[in-house]
Amino acid sequence: MLSIKNLHALAGEKQVLNGLDLEVGAGEVHAIMGPNGSGKSTLAQVLAGREGYTVTGGTVTYKGKNLLELSPEDRAREGVFLAFQYPVEIPGVNNVYLLKAGLNAIRKHRGESEMDAFEFLTLIREKMKLMQMDESFLNRGVNEGFSGGEKKRNEILQMSVLEPSLALLDETDSGLDIDALRVVAAGVNSLRSPERAIVLVTHYQRLLDYIEPDHVHVLSGGRIIKSGDKSLALELEKRGYDWVKQEAAA
Amino acid sequence: MASNPQTDPTLEALVAQKYRHGFVTDIESDTVPPGLDEDVIRLISRKKGEPQFMLDWRLRSYRHWLTMKEPHWAHLRIQPIDYQSISYYSAPKPKADAPKSLEEVDPKLLETYDKLGIPLHERARLAGVAVDAVFDSVSVATTFKERLHKAGVIFCSFSEAVQKYPELVEKYLGSVVPYTDNYFATLNSAVFTDGSFVFVPKGVRCPMELSTYFRINAAKTGQFERTLIVAEEGSHVSYLEGCTAPMRDENQLHAAVVELIALEGAQIKYSTVQNWYPGDEQGRGGIYNFVTKRGECRGANSKISWTQVETGSAITWKYPSCILTGDNSVGEFYSVAVANNYQQADTGTKMIHIGKNTRSTIVSKGISAGHGQNAYRGLVKVLPSAINARNFTQCDSLLMGDKCGAHTFPYMEVRTPIASVEHEATTSKIGDDQLFYCLSRGISEEDAVNMIVNGFCKAVFKELPMEFAVEAQNLLAVSLEGSVG
Repeated sequence: MLSIKNLHALAGEKQVLNGLDLEVGAGEVHAIMGPNGSGKSTLAQVLAGREGYTVTGGTVTYKGKNLLELSPEDRAREGVFLAFQYPVEIPGVNNVYLLKAGLNAIRKHRGESEMDAFEFLTLIREKMKLMQMDESFLNRGVNEGFSGGEKKRNEILQMSVLEPSLALLDETDSGLDIDALRVVAAGVNSLRSPERAIVLVTHYQRLLDYIEPDHVHVLSGGRIIKSGDKSLALELEKRGYDWVKQEAAA
Repeated sequence: MASNPQTDPTLEALVAQKYRHGFVTDIESDTVPPGLDEDVIRLISRKKGEPQFMLDWRLRSYRHWLTMKEPHWAHLRIQPIDYQSISYYSAPKPKADAPKSLEEVDPKLLETYDKLGIPLHERARLAGVAVDAVFDSVSVATTFKERLHKAGVIFCSFSEAVQKYPELVEKYLGSVVPYTDNYFATLNSAVFTDGSFVFVPKGVRCPMELSTYFRINAAKTGQFERTLIVAEEGSHVSYLEGCTAPMRDENQLHAAVVELIALEGAQIKYSTVQNWYPGDEQGRGGIYNFVTKRGECRGANSKISWTQVETGSAITWKYPSCILTGDNSVGEFYSVAVANNYQQADTGTKMIHIGKNTRSTIVSKGISAGHGQNAYRGLVKVLPSAINARNFTQCDSLLMGDKCGAHTFPYMEVRTPIASVEHEATTSKIGDDQLFYCLSRGISEEDAVNMIVNGFCKAVFKELPMEFAVEAQNLLAVSLEGSVG
């Protein structure tokens, strides 16, 4: 589904990704771990098409298309979803309104009919139950006055409504208490399917107790320096990142 | 990054999009040659068959105007206006007599409204809105007269009011905005040709929203409307004003006067959506909009509420104000003002607290894009008699791009020790973060900008009548197309 080859990218002026390779197949869950400043968030932003990040080399192929040629909104319409590390507040814009506009833009792109308000409300109520969000959420502004946990839950709620093919979760576990983490993880797990790929960018192994990855990668210096299965994450938890770096340097 | 919105050809096309409502209807106009002197004023008055008091008032105004100097403001750049090059009267030529129903209206005129997306019959059928259409300076069609007549509400053109209800006009005209008020109001008093008149008698709740669509049409014709709304004791009325204008090469002067009078327990809600031609991308040819709008809460417990969405004009100079004379009276001002390209907006309000326990609320949202300059200028004045007066003011500015400006000039004059006056102000830039968040959910850039801007304006839009709120959102979308990228 996603094939990244020798990706080089700048965040602003700074070279952050240095020849990153990654293959993600449909139905797989990949965890990308790494120390601070290793390029984890840059990877997520580059894939979502954020302005200010410049690709200087390499290719990204998504469903057979050159992902880097698509505008951010077209990437979303093609099924790429980014759950933000720091979801932004948009005062006065209703949560539900934004989500409905997004869903209908995506449906239109797929040649499907747009959902009316009633259909959409039924859908979102069902998804909200899953994320344990209360009714008042429907009338609030986008992330306006949300707690950290509410913002993250809202991201996963959006993901469950938009049903992406490729979900990128950028540090979704950061700032969550254990109860919120469980709810968020349950939401993500409910979206695991043979057609969908999920890439988790995370700092800690903790999230992986709840969302079990098929593959674990260690990102350091803008490249993936080691890949393995779930046991790699456990080992990183115990031993830190230094031994992997040394191993890679050797 | 592969996709750079700055070079996106569709965006550039959107930015270059011409003003949609720019066209001229070919109708024979009965136009007075340019120039202004006492003879022109006598001619206007004679053409309209006015009573003596009206002519006297006009002449008094004109003589006073001659003694006045054109005002200048710190934050506006204005090309000199040649008042002798303006034609002060223009009326669509009557084919036979004045039309009595829509069927009798010049089809070309109706077509004009159609192009603007406001077909009269459609409007009439839809929401029960009575429309007193001002085409250039003379009203040509009035609908729903019957229903209003039954309720005892008078809603007609100003000319008609002068003919039919001269005693009401004489009693209230100039009682809130005296003919000596300011340069443009005084000029208007001398030369106004038409406008609307509303009278809601004691205890009557006006059964429908009253709406007037203004249009400037004949070339080089300054437009001087006069609107007078009187709400007697305990009555309610909601009035909508909306305007668009055709494309022009020269700046056009527009100097209207609106007077509102609310007697004891009466409520007047006055909503405006203003979309006059703002000039081209370089700011050439837009309309000068110098308007005097003022309402007086003359009776106790009365309320006047101004809501405005200003997206048009090259220069807007406008401060809808409330004089809170009656005890416990309430004044409100909700405003969205957009300045794009080279537009300049200098708008705000004055709240004059005179009566006891008077309250006022000001919510102003300024949006600046391109080279637009937006200024909020507001005065809250609390006189010694206004014990326990309260005011709350909120001014927010949104900047799009880095060549525009936002300015806030709040003035407060509190002369009683027992009053509460609050002022809050914010300035923000439309965030790249917010924009990217919307894009990453599949929403197009244009829709995302509209969404964010509408969110910013929500506190004002919710004050507008339903059908107007939708129109206002669409207008804002057209006005800001391609402003971010």
